[in-house]
Amino acid sequence: MMCQHCGQKPATLHFTKIINGEKTESHICEGCAREKGEFNADPAHEFSIHNLLSGLLDFDLSNGTGNLKNGVYGFKATPEAMRCDNCGLTFSQFSKMGRFGCDECYKSFGSRLDPLLKRVHGNIIHVGKIPKRNGIVLQRKRELDDLREKLQESIRMEQFEEAAQLRDHIRMLEKELTGGAEAQ
Amino acid sequence: MSNHSFMKQPVSDWMRGTGPDSDIVISSRIRIARNLHGIPFPLLATNQQSAESLTRLTAVAESTDFADLGHFYVMKLVELNATERQVLVEKHLISPNLANESRNGGLLLKDDESISIMLNEEDHLRIQCLYPGLQIREAWEAASQLDDVFEAKVDYAFDEKRGYLTSCPTNVGTGIRASVMMHLPALVLTQQINRILQAVAQVGLAVRGLYGEGSEAIGNLFQISNQITLGQSEEEIIDNLYGVVKQIIEHEKAAREQLRQENITRLTDRVCRSYGILKHAAIMETKEAAQRLSDIRLGADLGLLKDVSPTMLNELMVMTQPGFLQHIYNKQMNAEERDIYRARLIRETLVRKLSAPRQSDKSKKLQE
Repeated sequence: MMCQHCGQKPATLHFTKIINGEKTESHICEGCAREKGEFNADPAHEFSIHNLLSGLLDFDLSNGTGNLKNGVYGFKATPEAMRCDNCGLTFSQFSKMGRFGCDECYKSFGSRLDPLLKRVHGNIIHVGKIPKRNGIVLQRKRELDDLREKLQESIRMEQFEEAAQLRDHIRMLEKELTGGAEAQ
Repeated sequence: MSNHSFMKQPVSDWMRGTGPDSDIVISSRIRIARNLHGIPFPLLATNQQSAESLTRLTAVAESTDFADLGHFYVMKLVELNATERQVLVEKHLISPNLANESRNGGLLLKDDESISIMLNEEDHLRIQCLYPGLQIREAWEAASQLDDVFEAKVDYAFDEKRGYLTSCPTNVGTGIRASVMMHLPALVLTQQINRILQAVAQVGLAVRGLYGEGSEAIGNLFQISNQITLGQSEEEIIDNLYGVVKQIIEHEKAAREQLRQENITRLTDRVCRSYGILKHAAIMETKEAAQRLSDIRLGADLGLLKDVSPTMLNELMVMTQPGFLQHIYNKQMNAEERDIYRARLIRETLVRKLSAPRQSDKSKKLQE
């Protein structure tokens, strides 16, 4: 189909307007659309997933905590002032970018994310694969800290035999942690 | 001329035209997104931090566990020139984002090009497995195996509640995007496609044209993928996609049969007309090439054309893209020149089919 406006280029944009039940269709090319101003085809204004997400977040803000634009906040920690301590990303920056700065952001913004995730995925809790090592690593790290403390203690008490055993145990655990899968 | 093997071999594993249901499903892809714990996501990472994640992940690729999974080439994006990057995109091995916008971007590419691992794309790690035909489960198994190897060596950003944490909230949870590339000419010709695509969208899957903007699908190629990554297991996601794809295959087969029975002469005319034009035209625009290649693919699938193989068509689909054209003929081209060389490449490829063996022909041409 050719552009209804210039008749020279293929129509790539198709509009259907329904006003008071009266339907009008137009088929035009990008150039004519830009001239007519019906559609902004400037790449900078392209509609992306991230625009869409920030749209959803704005919706949450304006519905969730009263009139933010006028600075009337219902809570002390407003979502806009929320900030991830790890990477410094604020919630309002996140809502503009539609992307997180680091893994800690998920904790920092916490349940604020529930409405967004619910809308995108219909769910807020992960099911499915989990890292095999995940739980184990944390446990081992805690265990190591304990052992190191005990080692210092036994050295101070001059219990060298016990210290040597502890040292070997620590070395073994350290090796497991860095060695990865085989060590499990 | 480039020394990289991906520049010398035009055929990636996914283009071989094999695998289950390969008359309708061209390829199956699994991509999983992972991030390192303790380093900001690539978008916000400093150059030093992204260099750190690149080093850590590359180190895994150089470990012995990794070597068991096949031979991988390790590349930094900055070491590749613009044409090489474009060819990787056209072969669907990396994303345009990694090619053009990444900092400290890296690529681990399996020698048969069935697996490409992107480093410092939107997420630190993106494992992609791309197989020919409908092999979505097989692709997931391969991706998951690689995932295990990385997971054993580096600490992932993972949260018990939210799952694998990703830069974009649309990927969080499983981090999985499963997609299937389908050739659906008969559903388009019989005008059933919109109805089917609407139904697909209602079950939580996304459909887009492979080439072309928006919903327009040039060459009748459609990509169908999952949207939801949180709250469903990988198996559920894959089963859902697989089930829907199987149904679309049945509809496409029925539509092909309908076309054949209603007007075989008209169908044959369409196929052979396109074949003739491709074999003789001196100028060929991208869009026309895609449409006519779709026609002859349908002709080959229905046994109306004997001389055309799926591999050849998949190869042409990729090689007629701008980057690859300029690479094959080793010169910079404007759009007009590209249309001329595209026509030439198609002519030469379609004639070449009679002269065996194809592989040596190709390497000769690439050495020119």
